[in-house]
Amino acid sequence: MRIKQKKLLVAAVRYMVLSVASLVSLTPLIYMFLTSLKENAFMLTSPADVVQGNKTFANYAEAWETGKLSLSFMNSLLVTVATTILVVLLGSMMAYALARFEFPGKSVFFALIILELMIPSIMLVIPQFVLAKDLHLLDNRLGLLLVYVGTNLAFNTFLMRGFFEGIPKELDEAMIIDGAGAWRRYTSLMLPLAKPALATAAIFSFLGAWDEYVWAMTIINDPAKRTLPVAIAMFSGAHSTNWGLTFAAACIALIPVLVVFFIFQRQLVGGITSGALKS
Amino acid sequence: MAAALSGANTLAPRRRRGNPSSGRGWRSPAYLFLLPGFAVFSLVMIYPTVQALIMSLEKWSPAPGVENTFVGLANYAKAFGDPIFWRAMANSGVYTAVTVPGQIVLGLICAVALNRALAGRTAFRIMVYIPVITSWVVVSVLFKYLFATDGGLVNWLLADATSLMDQGVDWYNGRWTAMVAICGLGIWKGVGWTMLIFLAALQAVPESLYEAACVDGAQGWQQFWHITLPSIRRTTLFITIMLVIGAFNVFVSVQLTTNGGPANLTQVPLTYLYRQAFNFLDFGYGSAIAFMLTALIFALSIGQYSLGSKSAQDAAA
Repeated sequence: MRIKQKKLLVAAVRYMVLSVASLVSLTPLIYMFLTSLKENAFMLTSPADVVQGNKTFANYAEAWETGKLSLSFMNSLLVTVATTILVVLLGSMMAYALARFEFPGKSVFFALIILELMIPSIMLVIPQFVLAKDLHLLDNRLGLLLVYVGTNLAFNTFLMRGFFEGIPKELDEAMIIDGAGAWRRYTSLMLPLAKPALATAAIFSFLGAWDEYVWAMTIINDPAKRTLPVAIAMFSGAHSTNWGLTFAAACIALIPVLVVFFIFQRQLVGGITSGALKS
Repeated sequence: MAAALSGANTLAPRRRRGNPSSGRGWRSPAYLFLLPGFAVFSLVMIYPTVQALIMSLEKWSPAPGVENTFVGLANYAKAFGDPIFWRAMANSGVYTAVTVPGQIVLGLICAVALNRALAGRTAFRIMVYIPVITSWVVVSVLFKYLFATDGGLVNWLLADATSLMDQGVDWYNGRWTAMVAICGLGIWKGVGWTMLIFLAALQAVPESLYEAACVDGAQGWQQFWHITLPSIRRTTLFITIMLVIGAFNVFVSVQLTTNGGPANLTQVPLTYLYRQAFNFLDFGYGSAIAFMLTALIFALSIGQYSLGSKSAQDAAA
């Protein structure tokens, strides 16, 4: 009888801990959503008013059209999709070379990738700015793409290499006997077998590029070329912030992230934890 | 690389047993696979790293017509005599000392609560993880709003709803109150990540260890101290190193809430170097700060790693 009571108590404590954690995690975001449904929220009235007041989606329409958020959304989508494709393609090629070949200088390549993994990305924002200036890529979406591919390559190459090494080498050898060259082994053996790793790398690059703010804020001036994070920061940075409008923009920016998260939840969790447990 | 490819060692055997590469030595097809990615990587990451080192030794300004002169370690010396730089470092230290243990303890508590079967387990895990996937820009703007002096949710909870305080706090107008809000954001956004990694580590602890402990009469807390914690030591080390690196990289949340103000009281190294570079156009000084911060992060990571592996060995002995 006492054991049963103890079990009940433990379950109750677990539910309490998790309920409080979930409540604290979600309340700010729910409050943000409720504010986005309030019109002309320049002056903060009171939280009671935010919760009970009239609800309208007018802010969403206004942010999308007059706030030019549609342009920012397209810019973000364009840059993010291009980044994702290039990181997965170039990264998987590098990962294949590092996982399957012995060649002079391999350890140097590897050391450079690990080294850059440890350098904080904002540390490079100053010389990257000079580089973009020299290449005439300031205020240019290609400048965003180039740096996003470069900064996301190291981690994702590392991630995919780990997966490639787990694919049995006997499969390669069988294909070599059949006369398949390196490129064919890459396209018709590695890529199909490594789909889960490619998906994980794609999600990481997508989320990384979609949310990137510092570099975009540094090189983009033209409002027509802004990405979503810059646009949202601009909405809130104006002298008197229209919180309803700002948070409508923020909620729009969150939609693709949530969609990707819910569809690819398992790959994402697998990617995050596999790296951690191996180290 | 092209020179290396043309200077191929033609005498090398085409194939080596047990190695599925069809060429070896300088003729290895690996170079062709590395080439495009490594070209981008070199241009965007490696070259700027070298460039940053050179700039940190120069008086470097992007303004037209200004000549960039070599000044040796003057930019580094400037930082050592700059009280705002030291305050920024101290603020980072406080942020690290608060948010790293905060995320570890709360994340571990959530992970332990999620470790065994429970109705609604996936839903709880997703809810706690959602702040991790929301962007720093969105949540920074959101926390500016939540901690607003008039009509912010936090002040409303403290003063109006519960009367814990007579009146609301002017959060972002003082050094320590602003740090409370900024650290709060850091912990809130990070707990889901530590929870997820701790959970994976807990799941990997063999059930047989717990069964053996049960036989020996170890219960609840004893099991946690003597089995769970030692089993996840390496994961805890990994999490600590990653969180310390992340804490010294704090930037967006500070820039979008206080922007280092009022009067530079809440600067952190990255907001300060950004201001030096892009407001005052002193790229040399900004690069020097960047290098010192990187050196500190490297030293801290290596220090924690060797301390952690040593204590792991002691425990095993």
